[in-house]
Amino acid sequence: MTDIRALRLAMICAALLTGAALLSVARAEQMITDASGRQVKVADTSRILSIGGDVTEILYALKADDKIIAVDSTSQFPDEALKTKANVGYLRALSSEGVLSTNPSLIIAGKDAGPPPVVAVLKASSIPYIEVPDTQTPEGVAAKIRFIASVVGAQAAGDALAKDIENDFALLAEQRSKIGKPKRALFILSVQNGRATIGGSGTSADAMIKLAGGENVAAGAQGYKPLADEAAVELAPDAIVTMQHGRNGPPSAHIATVKSLQGSPALQNHQVIEMNGLYLLGFGPRCARAARELMIALYPELAQKRASSSE
Amino acid sequence: MTDDALPLHAQRTEGVQRLSPTQLIVGAAVLLAIAAIASLSLGPTGITLSSLPRAIASALGFPADSAAAREQLVLIDIRLPRTLLAIFVGASLAIAGAMMQGLFRNPLADPGLIGVSSGAALAAVATIALANGIAAPILAPFGVYALPVAAFLGGAVTTGVLVAVAGRHGQLMVGTLLLAGIAVGALAASLTGLIAFASDDRELRDLTLWMMGSLGGSNWPKVLAVLPFAILVVIITPRLIRGLNGFLLGEAEAFHLGIDVERTKRAVVVATAASVGAAVAVAGVIGFAGIVVPHVVRLLAGPDHRVVLPGSALLGAVLMLVADIVARMIVRPAELPIGIVMAAIGAPVFLHLVLRRGIGGME
Repeated sequence: MTDIRALRLAMICAALLTGAALLSVARAEQMITDASGRQVKVADTSRILSIGGDVTEILYALKADDKIIAVDSTSQFPDEALKTKANVGYLRALSSEGVLSTNPSLIIAGKDAGPPPVVAVLKASSIPYIEVPDTQTPEGVAAKIRFIASVVGAQAAGDALAKDIENDFALLAEQRSKIGKPKRALFILSVQNGRATIGGSGTSADAMIKLAGGENVAAGAQGYKPLADEAAVELAPDAIVTMQHGRNGPPSAHIATVKSLQGSPALQNHQVIEMNGLYLLGFGPRCARAARELMIALYPELAQKRASSSE
Repeated sequence: MTDDALPLHAQRTEGVQRLSPTQLIVGAAVLLAIAAIASLSLGPTGITLSSLPRAIASALGFPADSAAAREQLVLIDIRLPRTLLAIFVGASLAIAGAMMQGLFRNPLADPGLIGVSSGAALAAVATIALANGIAAPILAPFGVYALPVAAFLGGAVTTGVLVAVAGRHGQLMVGTLLLAGIAVGALAASLTGLIAFASDDRELRDLTLWMMGSLGGSNWPKVLAVLPFAILVVIITPRLIRGLNGFLLGEAEAFHLGIDVERTKRAVVVATAASVGAAVAVAGVIGFAGIVVPHVVRLLAGPDHRVVLPGSALLGAVLMLVADIVARMIVRPAELPIGIVMAAIGAPVFLHLVLRRGIGGME
């Protein structure tokens, strides 16, 4: 029995020593007030679970990607996020035990994370759970970046990135002021069976069209709505903005299946602009660049002016 | 088994060896025990039942290290309520299906028929869509339980309306009940569609996911919430066996056998509303179990409700547990909606049984 006792003593000593060693290297704890107003104590940022495409993209932009151990399925950019990290599934259908199994030391999540009972379990667990503020405005993007940077202790990188983006948006606003007559644009989320779902007001598509100096012809609708045929004829957009799908052929072919849009100026003049969904609608670090790209697609005459940080 | 069994339909068994009632019930109970232990032992974190003593000690407030706290969270706060709810939901849907099929003498009847599911779904969908808008002040005191409470009330109200419509002359007309149920279901579905149309993108995705059903987010408050309904069903259903066996012969014959037909009908409707309303409230809409499990029991052991009701409850719980284990393990650390898994597992098994044995004792 004595050797067992000795072994146990040795194990306790070893545990104490490792504990002491860990404590000495751990960064100072900090209290964070997250978007939901909770006070969260963050001590260890070495194993981050990032939930939300924009959150993941910001962490990568802050060079904190080596601390990410798992992401959600909306983390489509950069590509390596989903290739190299564990995937906890769709951000609105998380599994409480699935999330715990990735053994994160910190969860950073967009406010879309759900379902609510699962988020409640995660918030009740010993893992710090931080909800990220999100308003879909230029100021909101900068604030989101600074907030995430403060959580992972990358304030300097966060400031630099946020300043870049603020400058880009300022430049964009200056460009916008040069536009005489705004182009009338329509955002098409998807086409099923010849029926289009369009982006009305209150959507991120609507915000992006405005940032790019366009006018959203579907602003009369709230949210993403199916497009009524006759209304489509009425809208007669100058340009159509849509998301990339893994299809062959020009984007206009896909849009042209909507009969009521066939006669629109957008299709007549081949003004169908196709962009990656997360890039265009994610309100992440590339948001200003996406808005600029959309602006140039809408107003080719503005292409001579270069935005400051576009490579 | 008592000797007051009623004459039942002749069966086309085509030489297939049937199970005796005792064999079926004992077998199903053993399967349930195995499935429940598996459900507690399997999960993406890899924590097994061997950690249970430490988890219990931690839950009882003994000083625990962080590993024990994690084991407590996973075993006691996530898997145990989830297992109990899977058993409740599976048993409820299957037993409600068995009772509906018996009441309407129709092999295709399921809990959705009398509008319980659609009423519950309508209330839940309205809750999801209006939670951030006009209904916020009403829902606020319920917190995360707004959804289950609303779903249950929705199921209960639609059932109440149906019983009022179909039972005007002191008699519950089964034909009227069926047609009114279909009408109410259609109305609820149209309102659900209207709400979905008016929802924003995020609410729409929530609705879609909820409609696929899931046991994710199971917790103790939900277990406590369904407990009274589980008790109610356990008390009511054994008293319905004789009546439902009488119904196999037809309503008039049941009446001449001295069965209180009206009381039986009302009790079946109440038990169905209670069990399905509560099941939809905690897990969303899960199809398939209600319609298929009773047939499996009839195929295996005949149409006597002394076997069909308890057998359906046990096998329904087994099917739900197995589907839930697959749902949480197959794409871990993510999770599949259970409705998808349920049909994928259940349909081939059921088809095989039907092809081998013909329809189970209801033709």
